[in-house]
Amino acid sequence: MRKKITESVIEAIIHISASLAIVGLVLIFIFIGKEALHILTSSEVRQEAGLSRLFLPHSPEPGVPKEFAWQPVSDIPKYSLFPLMVGTLKVTLVALLFALPLALGAAIFSSEFAPSWLREIIKPSIELLAGIPSVVLGFFALMVMATAIQNALGLDYRLNAINAGIALGLAVIPIVFTVAEDALTAVPQSFREGSIALGATSWQTAWRVVLPAAFPGIFAACVLGFGRAIGETMIVLMSSGNAAIMSFLPTYPLRSLSATIAAELGEVVHGSPHYHVLFFIGTLLFIFTFILNLIGQLFVERLKDRLSGSRA
Amino acid sequence: MEELLIMSQAALADSVLKKEEVPAPKIQTKDLALYYGNFRALKNVDISIPPQKITALIGPSGCGKSTLLRVFNRMNDLIRGVRISGQVFLDDQDIYHPDTDLIALRKRAGMVFQRPNPFPISVFKNVAYGPSIHGMASGRELESIVERHLRATGLWDDLKDKLHIPALSLSPEQQQRLCISRLLAVEPEVLLMDEPCSALDPIATARIEDLLFELKKDYTIVIVTHNMQQAARVSSSAGFMLLGELVEFGKTGQLFTNPIDPRTHDYITGRFG
Ligand SMILES: Nc1ncnc2c1ncn2[C@@H]1O[C@H](COP(=O)(O)OP(=O)(O)OP(=O)(O)O)[C@@H](O)[C@H]1O
Ligand SMILES: [Mg+2]
Repeated sequence: MRKKITESVIEAIIHISASLAIVGLVLIFIFIGKEALHILTSSEVRQEAGLSRLFLPHSPEPGVPKEFAWQPVSDIPKYSLFPLMVGTLKVTLVALLFALPLALGAAIFSSEFAPSWLREIIKPSIELLAGIPSVVLGFFALMVMATAIQNALGLDYRLNAINAGIALGLAVIPIVFTVAEDALTAVPQSFREGSIALGATSWQTAWRVVLPAAFPGIFAACVLGFGRAIGETMIVLMSSGNAAIMSFLPTYPLRSLSATIAAELGEVVHGSPHYHVLFFIGTLLFIFTFILNLIGQLFVERLKDRLSGSRA
Repeated sequence: MEELLIMSQAALADSVLKKEEVPAPKIQTKDLALYYGNFRALKNVDISIPPQKITALIGPSGCGKSTLLRVFNRMNDLIRGVRISGQVFLDDQDIYHPDTDLIALRKRAGMVFQRPNPFPISVFKNVAYGPSIHGMASGRELESIVERHLRATGLWDDLKDKLHIPALSLSPEQQQRLCISRLLAVEPEVLLMDEPCSALDPIATARIEDLLFELKKDYTIVIVTHNMQQAARVSSSAGFMLLGELVEFGKTGQLFTNPIDPRTHDYITGRFG
């Protein structure tokens, strides 16, 4: 009887803490969303930074050609999110191009080919990378990597999307590696045995049996890595030059959405259009990473179903 | 002593009588021993598996049946710390010779596992897997290969319109048939089956047994089973193993009705109740 009571108390505590986490999340979203909503509701804000100003090209004065510009503190404030979105995508793309092949390659090597002693070295060391504070990675990219990359590639700008992307990639690798490696090792040994027993090589087995079996998990790893790259702030802020230039070139500096919030929210006038635009950017990031994580989760579920065969 | 004498006489008589009609064994081991680390899982195993027959391996759990089966296509190589002594021949080839081509060996001697393990890809791709990795066929050829081997296991009529559904959505029996089709498609000579029916219900089991009968015309089959009725029904030779030893090996009829070794006798009668 007593055991019953303790059990239900513990259960209640667990329920409460779980609900608190969800409630907290919802509250954060409501708070950010409420501040962002002014963009739609307040006529004063809308005039200066309405949705069309945020997303469509705009000419600041009659006669001046239309442009995409983010200059929130100039005499005529410009709030186009386009340069920021381009910057974010640019640096994310470089980060993923750098991180995904390395992380997935390492995961495949570790789960399929490495002898177990080597595996026991690879896995913790890559996961250790996740423990490095972003500010340290950012500092490293700013002071060391930037010069090295500039010299190696002969670039005009020291801080640019390549530098920031690689630094960001270093932060993305551990998360992609961990999730992908787990997905690969979750593939039952019986599939590998079945393949080897048909005379397949380890390569054929890895490529044609294990990878397809782990595909949802690998995809989830990539999605989560993408989410991490989009949301990461400090590394990009420090290593990208942080200039809101409208350019698709990876050799140019850039400014990302998240770095914009970090750099500007401290000085912005409370309640100004600029303030609400920053919250709007926050909401966008929130929704975006939320959806990405959701997709990632769904795919992990699918992996489980697929491996247990419960899905037709 | 007397018993031993009878035994060797019987063996002698057997070998003299069958000299002409018994073809060379498909698989033969000579003084085989196998160690997992320091644990000796097989000792002094001398077995001769006749070609194009079904040979059953029986014995209590943990006696080394699976281990012996996995010796025949060197699946034990995948386990760390496995050592082997003695010799194993497939036809005339010493398969533990250092120059052995493992891929070619496993193509000749394939395996069906206790739990059906079709790959989590489509039915078609499962059967096409072997031929395509071995470069045996491609394109349209593959289609006819898949059809032929699905027919061989009686799956074709049920699945011909559903070749691209995931293999894991099939019933356990169909999955095991598919695994057999997948194996047949690499054109092996030997089918090594480790309790292939243990995950199936009795009706499915009976149908798989019928299939085995069909297959033995073309293949040498070694089947491990816990089910002695099954061993008695399907096999023509049978071996009884105990604690890593092959206690007795002979014609199934004889092994089950008139075993020479008292341990075989105990096991069989114990099981039959
Ligand atoms: N990978 C391994 N490492 C160490 N010991 C093992 C390993 N695989 C099997 N063994 C041991 O070797 C012995 C024989 O195992 P094996 O699986 O061949 O038995 P079995 O006759 O197939 O049993 P069952 O009827 O339960 O399948 C057992 O004692 C088992 O514990
Ligand atoms: Mg076994």
